[in-house]
Formats: sequence, C-alpha cells, structure tokens
Amino acid sequence: MRAAVVVFPGSNCDRDLAVAFEAAGCQVDMVWHKDSDLPQGVDIVGVPGGFSYGDYLRCGAIAAQSPIVKSVKAHAERGGYVLGICNGFQVLTETGLLPGALLRNAGLKYICKTVGLRVETSQSAYTEGYNAGDVIDIPIAHHDGNYFADADTLARLQGEDRVAFTYTDNPNGAQADIAGILSENRRVLGMMPHPERAADAGHGGTDGQALFRALAGALTTA
Amino acid sequence: MKARVHVMLKNGVLDPQGEAVRHALGAIGFDGVNGVRQGKVIELDLAEGSTEADVNAMCEKLLANTVIESYTVEMS
Repeated sequence: MRAAVVVFPGSNCDRDLAVAFEAAGCQVDMVWHKDSDLPQGVDIVGVPGGFSYGDYLRCGAIAAQSPIVKSVKAHAERGGYVLGICNGFQVLTETGLLPGALLRNAGLKYICKTVGLRVETSQSAYTEGYNAGDVIDIPIAHHDGNYFADADTLARLQGEDRVAFTYTDNPNGAQADIAGILSENRRVLGMMPHPERAADAGHGGTDGQALFRALAGALTTA
Repeated sequence: MKARVHVMLKNGVLDPQGEAVRHALGAIGFDGVNGVRQGKVIELDLAEGSTEADVNAMCEKLLANTVIESYTVEMS
C-alpha cells in the first residue's frame, strides 16, 4: 500500500502520521503543499494535524485552497482514500469532502489529553479492526474541535452509519459527541483525535494501531 | 475601490467567544448585556471595476464558511 502525507507550513503531526503508516507496512511519500500532483499509485492520502498556515482566517481554510489539496480532492472524487486527522479533518470540511465544520471548543480552552472514543461503526476500511461499541483511548490536542452540522446533516450522518467515532465524555461541545465522520463512500475519514499518537508502545497506548493495520490490510488486498 | 466584508457566525451556531465576552462585560460592571456575538471584518482594496459579485464569490469560496457563517458586503 502506498500512502502520501501532505505537509503544509505549520503541519506538526506529518512525521508521526508517516511513521504510523510505515509501521503498518505502507510505503510513504511526503508531499509539499505547493506540489500540484500526488505521486503515481497512491492509495491513501493522509492530511495531518497541526496549524496549517497559522490557522489564519479559519482553521484549514487556506490549506483547503492549496495546489496539493486540489489533487487530494480529485483523488477522493476518483474513489481514493483520504484520512484527515485534527487539522486534517478541518481541512477536509473546508474542502467540502466532509460535511459540517469545526468550531472553537465550547469551553474555549485548547485541550490536550487522552480521551475515550466509542467506535460507532466497524463498516469502513479504517474501523474494521475494531468492533462497534469498543471504547478506545486516543489523545486529542485541539482548540477547534467542536463539530457542528445542521440537523439534516446530522440525521443523514447517523442514518447512513457515517459517524465513525464519538467521545465517551464530550470534551469540546461537539454535536452528538461526534469525534470522526466518514464520507458517503466511506473512504474519507476525518477525526479530531490522533490515532497516530497511540500507535506505538512508546506512546503510552496502542489503541490507534488497529486503524492503520486495518487500513493497510484493506488496501493491500484491494 | 474598497469593499468591507462582515463575517458572522450564523444564528443558532454557538459562539463561545462572544459568550465569554458577555461574561467579562458583566464582571466589570456592565449590566444589561443580554448577548454578544463576535465576528470579523475584512477590508479589501480592489482594482477599479471590481464588482460586488466578485466579492460575493470571494466570500463563498474563501472568506466565509457558509456552513457556519453568514456574510455581508459593503462596497465603497
């Protein structure tokens, strides 16, 4: 499986994400925000956490207009896989690949801690290594992780089993406790928590490993 | 020519920053503030001949996220 990890000015989880992909057996290329094309044969694009373009205007807004993101969008529209974590999730909502938006945390504070996530569906290449209902411990580190979508969008996400993860103890005010959502074709996942920070025994937790392993398994046999 | 764009969170979208400002106003003795909504103002210095339609397009594409924000444009 081949992965590409996008690097924006201000990304800070790009190398962690690359390490997590590599540990799951992927060949990883880093791609710079000014590149206009993804490497040939990429199966999945990782959009990492951080503070792309300093969070100017809105988190992810400027990144969503960058040359590489046009290619990421085209990749997703061709049915390619895209994983957006934290700032990456914000970028994906700004591009319109995922519905809704991420608002300032309801408590206004930047929150950096490990939280409980409930796996809401195992029906995706990302979550098939878990069972629906599993509770896993994954770190969050964000200021703008408060998921917002209008009532119709929320109902559609829930009705189509597209909520991937919810918080067991909502830290940021997110609607319906949503921590991560899937696209209609279930190949684009955006999530605020950081599975790449719980993917090695040295991280103090390995509950995120199953996500990368399941993905590598699904995309290698695909 | 210039344009001034006001971007506000839509009604119904929680504005925790506005809420914090409201609390702070109360704490320093300004009673009677029932609500505060915080937005942003973006001033654009435009080439002659630019139209309000151009600025609306900028808002739709980048300056506002219409999932959560509304905008108004003043040309001058």
